[in-house]
Amino acid sequence: MAAAGAALAPIIENRLLLPPNAGRIRCSSSARGALVVRGAALSEESRKNRSSALKAVAVKGEAPNLTTAKSGHEILLFDALREGLEEEMARDPTVCVIGEDVGHYGGSYKVTKGLAEKFGDLRVLDTPICENSFTGMGIGAAMTGLRTVVEGMNMGFLLLAYNQISNNAGMLHYTSGGQFKIPIVIRGPGGVGKQLGAEHSQRLESYFQSVPGLQMVACSTPYNAKGLMKAAIRSDNPVILYEHVLLYNLKERIPDEEYVLCLEEAELVRPGKDVTILTYSRMRHFVLQAAKTLVERGYDPEIIDIRSLKPFDLFTIGNSIKKTHKVLIVEECMRTGGIGASLRAAIVDNFWDFLDGRPECLSSQDVPTPYAATLEDATVVQPAQIVVKVEQMCQGLV
Amino acid sequence: MTRSTVGSLARRLFASQPRQAAAAQAPDAINVEIPVPFQLHLLQEGPARESVTSREELVKMYRDMFRIRRMEITADKLFKSQLVRGFCHLYDGQEAVTIGMEAALTYEDTVITAYRDHATFLGRGGTVHECFAELMGRSTGCARGKGGSMHLYKPSNNFYGGWGIVGTTGPLGAGLAFANKYEKKNNVAMAIYGDGAGNQGQLFEAKNMAGLWDLPLIFLVENNHYGMGTAEWRASKKTTFYDRVSYIPGIKVDGMDAFAVKEATRFAKEHCLSGKGPIVLEADTYRYHGHSMSDPGSTYRTRNEIQGVRQERDPIERIKKLMIKENVMREEEFKAVDKEIKQEVDDAAAKAKDDPNPGEEELFMNIYKNDSGLKTYGCDRNMVRVQLP
Repeated sequence: MAAAGAALAPIIENRLLLPPNAGRIRCSSSARGALVVRGAALSEESRKNRSSALKAVAVKGEAPNLTTAKSGHEILLFDALREGLEEEMARDPTVCVIGEDVGHYGGSYKVTKGLAEKFGDLRVLDTPICENSFTGMGIGAAMTGLRTVVEGMNMGFLLLAYNQISNNAGMLHYTSGGQFKIPIVIRGPGGVGKQLGAEHSQRLESYFQSVPGLQMVACSTPYNAKGLMKAAIRSDNPVILYEHVLLYNLKERIPDEEYVLCLEEAELVRPGKDVTILTYSRMRHFVLQAAKTLVERGYDPEIIDIRSLKPFDLFTIGNSIKKTHKVLIVEECMRTGGIGASLRAAIVDNFWDFLDGRPECLSSQDVPTPYAATLEDATVVQPAQIVVKVEQMCQGLV
Repeated sequence: MTRSTVGSLARRLFASQPRQAAAAQAPDAINVEIPVPFQLHLLQEGPARESVTSREELVKMYRDMFRIRRMEITADKLFKSQLVRGFCHLYDGQEAVTIGMEAALTYEDTVITAYRDHATFLGRGGTVHECFAELMGRSTGCARGKGGSMHLYKPSNNFYGGWGIVGTTGPLGAGLAFANKYEKKNNVAMAIYGDGAGNQGQLFEAKNMAGLWDLPLIFLVENNHYGMGTAEWRASKKTTFYDRVSYIPGIKVDGMDAFAVKEATRFAKEHCLSGKGPIVLEADTYRYHGHSMSDPGSTYRTRNEIQGVRQERDPIERIKKLMIKENVMREEEFKAVDKEIKQEVDDAAAKAKDDPNPGEEELFMNIYKNDSGLKTYGCDRNMVRVQLP
């Protein structure tokens, strides 16, 4: 972590905007317990490879340090989540899973496959279809210290549990003057899928972001999925972990050794100097696709996967904006009231003096997601639109 | 004897018979026995154990049930060839519930169901073509391609959908019944849900309100014994749904017998419309497919069980046997009807395949009512993309 601070020190000018522990990101998750912790900044090695990194499509600043090509293991995202969950359940007997068809069925997206056989029916509890009540039950259990992981089969179903999540999970630590903590993880797939219909294509990060007391993170790769799952379980705060329904089969090589990520950190996916692109979840992959075209055309975008939707990692984001002076947010939320809307406000509030133009934002249309394929594609941002926008920004056309 | 004496003698003779016996005087009436007794909750007497039907009705019921079966099998094929995407919940095995229910209701009664709605849509007068077009996301679909499999509607016949969230039909159904009562219509509302939904809190809230205000609401539970992968005994402390609530009467019905469902629905409709308040019907039925096309349906139940139900309780085979026994149709005539309906369904699928996709302006239409002139922008909010006509 100290190395991270040293690497960034020359770029930071306005020391008022540094967090209290200058040069270090203060993580609430107990990353201290892990063997290996990854920071968000560039490691010495990748700084040396900067010039070749610029030519690459995406250099993961936070890529696992694999010395040989064959270390680590290849895994699909749903399996990485399962690995993280299984490791935490083996490590801490108070971790339990509550949800529909998580036990005997193995989870509708296989995230809890095999866990009921290993840990028993009480620790991996199959519930009836009553989201409001079993989420409430998870919160009640968490109030006494159990670390519950509540799965919504689809994030949209958790709307039925909104009261529980907002009033009971989010606010209790405050209203009790700090006497109770709610170490709950609420997770599930959300986002626009492949023709799942309006009710099953919702982006709940828009709705929950206003609730004080909640933390929200979104995973986008097997590496950060496992790390964030572990961090969320170890956190003493209520954390909502947003998975995406179309990312479960992403494959990546992740380290064999244990690692936990910091919940409040953003991930520098590709360093650059022309424009800062802030994104998360599925849109990260669309941005990377657009970046291929942009790099060919000579642009140098800096891509940051913000990962932490609440609170924003303004430290990483701010340092990037101070470098590029232009920011584009690419999100899957709708235009009105989404993560992009809040992020733009935060950027304007904090980094106004460093911006050359207004913060730009590409979001989904303010429509219920239609079923028809062509209409659904028109609802969300597509890579071609990202390319056009970045070009306009870099040419000063917006 | 004078005519009046004959008349009074006749009245005394027939006074003790159930009312439909009078209809049985029609020449082509066929009496169908209902073998499985109704189980009653908070009721002194239940529906009749004998249903009176006619040749026409039997033929219609067979055709409608077979059409549903063919439509669901074709939908399965369309899904596997990726013409239908997303979620697809199939109804085959449960045909008797919808067809039996429709035999006792009219299109003035209101019906609302959950996501397993293809058959209910057909029962409410929807066409196979409209259904397939919606499943394939074409503009000729009943929701203009914007709803999909779980959102089929037909307001002209009082079919209110087609909903994705489990349990949502309870409160909404109470609203339909409330409107019927408010407007003093002599019609019932039918709120359909499954055994998995039976544990939703909003259903108990809906039942309390319906009971409190004597809403003309029939709660129909299509109990196929599995809530996706969870058997009813693993999800419910009490595995019966007709007697869940101590203040609303209920009837448990063999859901594979279309006439049992018909008689129970008829009884329930009379019960509601005579001001006695809501009633719960539980239809004991079974689905052959898994929960949806993403669920194989065999990890939580055995193939023997599925085969067993298919052999012993299949609703279409049952009505076919009855029709053969009553000389309504012969085996060869069935073959001809089956071929005709299969062709009809295949034609509808072929026609829907060629239908156009919705145009881009459809994306922004129907968000609000009276949206003419509304300007909508692209994802960057810079340029006007569409101005609605």
